[in-house]
Amino acid sequence: MLYESPNTLPEAVNLLAKAKGNAYVLAGGSDLLVRMKGGYIEPDLVVDIKRIKSMSTIKKTPEGFVIGGAVSCANIGEHTALRKAWPGVVEAANLIGSDQIQGRCTIVGNLCNASPAADSVPALIAAGATALIEGPRGEREVAVEKIAKAPGVTTLKKGEIVAAIQLPAKQRRSADAYLRFTPRTEMDIAVVSAAVHLTLGAKSVIEDARVSLGAVAAKALLVKPAAKAIIGTTLDDEALQKLSAACAAACSPINDKRGTVAFRTKVAQVLARRAALLAYERAGGKK
Amino acid sequence: MSVLVNSTINGDPIQFSCEADETLMDALRDRVGLKGVKEGCGTGDCGACSIRLDGALVCSCLVLGAEAQGRTVDTVEGMSDGAKLHVLQEKFLEHAALQCGICTPGFLVAAQALLEKNPTPTEEEIRYGLAGNLCRCTGYDKIVRAVQDAAKTMNRKAKKKVSKS
Repeated sequence: MLYESPNTLPEAVNLLAKAKGNAYVLAGGSDLLVRMKGGYIEPDLVVDIKRIKSMSTIKKTPEGFVIGGAVSCANIGEHTALRKAWPGVVEAANLIGSDQIQGRCTIVGNLCNASPAADSVPALIAAGATALIEGPRGEREVAVEKIAKAPGVTTLKKGEIVAAIQLPAKQRRSADAYLRFTPRTEMDIAVVSAAVHLTLGAKSVIEDARVSLGAVAAKALLVKPAAKAIIGTTLDDEALQKLSAACAAACSPINDKRGTVAFRTKVAQVLARRAALLAYERAGGKK
Repeated sequence: MSVLVNSTINGDPIQFSCEADETLMDALRDRVGLKGVKEGCGTGDCGACSIRLDGALVCSCLVLGAEAQGRTVDTVEGMSDGAKLHVLQEKFLEHAALQCGICTPGFLVAAQALLEKNPTPTEEEIRYGLAGNLCRCTGYDKIVRAVQDAAKTMNRKAKKKVSKS
């Protein structure tokens, strides 16, 4: 295996694009090294992106936030402005693993590992985040929900790197929330998760919303009918019931020892309702 | 492929060579001889291999040795001041916060990182903060008490230092 740690993004792209055999990007390594050690993958080339300065910072811009692909989740949690603007995203990122894992893991790694149970992904989807992708053919920007294709499989092409995640600027009277169900409170993987972002208008009526569910399908879902169910409402009981029904309809989970299909479908509804109520409260909604 | 790595380990400039796919945990144990870095699970679940990499608390089993180039590495071996143990080490002994001891170096390194970030943690904060370290012997209670006591002692010492100066 060859290990490279380029200082610039074009160099990294070039290395990956030209690589013969199996090439992998190393960000935090909390998934990659486990897969290497388990013998699931045998890389011929590993490109460590942590020496690329532009990928190691969180930038606040008029359009929002640009979180570099090598920024650890611990650093995300320490960013006061980001925490204030996107509490759901930050909480989701900080739920991944232990303090030890937090010191290394990244939201881009979480996204590109393409696990349906990734904690940060539903939160990013609900937030309307986009992935800035750098590749041999230049840059492109893709909605986060379009990165994962199936468990462990992404839509990224050879040589492409997710250089950063872009989060929109916080709108007035808007907020997000992320909740997950795990048997243990720490060091566990979501059995089901839900994220909601909403923006309020006059009289606390929901003007805009995005709802995302994790671990109930082959990839994290953007559930448009669930958002539609609560837009134009003040999150009254009827709206919450419609939200539940839309979420249930979107679920197609696996049946395993961690949760049956019925259990996951039920919990997805509960978490979506609670996340919506939490986001509504955070946005300053009054019923 | 073998890689030559220059790092500052426990304050000393150290050069070691390792394989490109070798973990920092293996390199620290087998190349540098720091056997206080323990292998538990090897997949980032148990925290026995906890070290500081440029100050950040990490599992060294999930870091490549090559990544340590130009970075600072701190292990449990660097905690004591010669023969004088760190307060956390003293308190672990005093409270008998270990039995077989394989998790202890990781707990010490993680507890030090925790107390730097939060010098006055509640019991709950300690339990959450050390959730990445597994112990199969103690039931955690004595470890939590040792960390609480160490925090108290360290804060008292810090206060004394301030009032003296």
